[in-house]
Amino acid sequence: MAEIREAFRTSPFGKAGLVIVGIFAVLAIIGPYIAPYDPWKTADQLEDILAPPSWRHPLGTDELGRDILSQVIYGTRITLIIGLSAAAIAVVVGTVVGVTAGYLGGPVDAVLMRFTDSFLSMPFIVLAIVIVSLMGRSLGNIILAIGLVQWTQAARITRSQTLSIKERVFVLRARALGAGPLYIMRRHILPNVLPLVFANMTLVTSLAILSEAFLSFLGLGDPTKFSWGIIIRYAFETGAVSIGAWWYFLPAGICIMLVVLGFSFISNTLDEALNPKLRRGQVVI
Amino acid sequence: MALLEVKGLTVSYPVAVGLSAFISRRFLVAVDRVSFSLPEGRTLALVGESGCGKSSTGLAVLGLLEHVGGEVLFRGKDVLRLRGKALKEFRRRAQIVFQDPYESLNPKMKVRAIVGEPLRIHGIRGDEGRLRRALDLAGLSPPDYFLEKYPHELSGGERQRVAIAAALILDPELLVLDEPVSNLDVSIKAGIMNLLRDLQEELKLSYLFITHDLADSFFLSHEVAVMYLGVTVEQGETEEVLLHPVHPYTKALLSVAPGSGREKVILSGDVPDPLHPPPGCRFHPRCPAAEKRCVEAPPGEVELSPGHSVRCVKAESPREEP
Repeated sequence: MAEIREAFRTSPFGKAGLVIVGIFAVLAIIGPYIAPYDPWKTADQLEDILAPPSWRHPLGTDELGRDILSQVIYGTRITLIIGLSAAAIAVVVGTVVGVTAGYLGGPVDAVLMRFTDSFLSMPFIVLAIVIVSLMGRSLGNIILAIGLVQWTQAARITRSQTLSIKERVFVLRARALGAGPLYIMRRHILPNVLPLVFANMTLVTSLAILSEAFLSFLGLGDPTKFSWGIIIRYAFETGAVSIGAWWYFLPAGICIMLVVLGFSFISNTLDEALNPKLRRGQVVI
Repeated sequence: MALLEVKGLTVSYPVAVGLSAFISRRFLVAVDRVSFSLPEGRTLALVGESGCGKSSTGLAVLGLLEHVGGEVLFRGKDVLRLRGKALKEFRRRAQIVFQDPYESLNPKMKVRAIVGEPLRIHGIRGDEGRLRRALDLAGLSPPDYFLEKYPHELSGGERQRVAIAAALILDPELLVLDEPVSNLDVSIKAGIMNLLRDLQEELKLSYLFITHDLADSFFLSHEVAVMYLGVTVEQGETEEVLLHPVHPYTKALLSVAPGSGREKVILSGDVPDPLHPPPGCRFHPRCPAAEKRCVEAPPGEVELSPGHSVRCVKAESPREEP
């Protein structure tokens, strides 16, 4: 923990990441209370259709006259929920697979890792498209699809960490005490891989947010919610790019970029603190 | 009957050497047909240089290694063949203390969890009194001061005492002490050695004491087995072996112990590669008294006096036959 605090204290990127993610997290929580309009409310008058930014609509309106700023604010919550939930699924599945494979070794390891490889060898976005198309375009299914394609990295990381921890003497000591594999994995291996898992989760969150934007843009988003990807999809459908309605797609695009950047900064800083090879002031061989 | 009776114990490790690992597995024999017995309430010291197989012997006795041959009889039952409930019961009665307390304690667990872990594993209801008693026995008092600490908040000696407390909490009969003081400062070491001796007397414990330090074995053990490259070269009552050593290796080890007063015998060379042990007596390439016949066949075990045996041709017949 001390290393992590120190890493964030000394890294401007780490701090920036925390600030960015912090702001969006606050926005996600209080968004509906501060949004100027109901994002679903259509225009009453014609001049509010695809209106450029003005005092009444700071980020303009869409083709139905709905307020873009409100859509983006509402989208923050959906986007973060999708990102974090998908990352949580990915990390939990990956950790279970990785720790089990690493600790049990032998045939179990071989089977689980070939299974992981087979997932790795598929283009993940295609896989996600297949899953969503088969299961339907709901929020839960999108989260599940993204989670199920992003778990391989966590599995690889936790497996290699498990391989090193299981050689530690305290694991041997637990075995000498009569502890079974399940107990050792839960009580001894897991607490020691958790920091890495956490660092990986921040990275997977940014990947999940990107994946969601991608899926939504391809028309596989949940049409009943405003996520940033969905907003960009609507902008594309309306032809906002060709008619020069930049206010329609830019805000959501910038938000995606900022959040992904913020999570990446945090993940890099955590990596620097936890990965001995990246630790500053130390020679890397 | 002895508490622990080890007969012809052999430990090997699979070695992967390049491509050959795919074709056939080779084995490094770390412990080669070692036998000893440990009566109740006594201490047997396994002494030798690093790599001689003493730690492997200790782990094998607890059934913690694969590729183990021979018999390890604990109260007459072969540990190597125990499974399920019987194995768990054995694990309750035989505990181990490792060399490096920095490594053997999980850094993410508090002392309370570490010392209480054996109870949890064996499904014994967490009893605060039992926890305190174990810490007390290990000389960690007041217990309340230590219970909520993490290993990194303790000194090396305190950590080793935590490891000892955890080993004692299940009231074991056998304790394997795998170089318990080798990583500690001299001043702390004395305290731990005294503690171990007092505990043995108080709790009627039996120790399998693994060490590279003859002085330590002299202090703590009743019997000693000197190991070299996986083989016991000399064993017997500690005083007998250490005061009247017969094997050249034991003599050499003793001569370099501080304050031995003997003329120092500095062995040339290193311990040979255990993958390719020398033919005949394994010690002959470094033995100051080696003869031609030492290369020919491994020496048999000779009993010099009851309980004192040695593996050296010189003990069989002092001079080479013409």
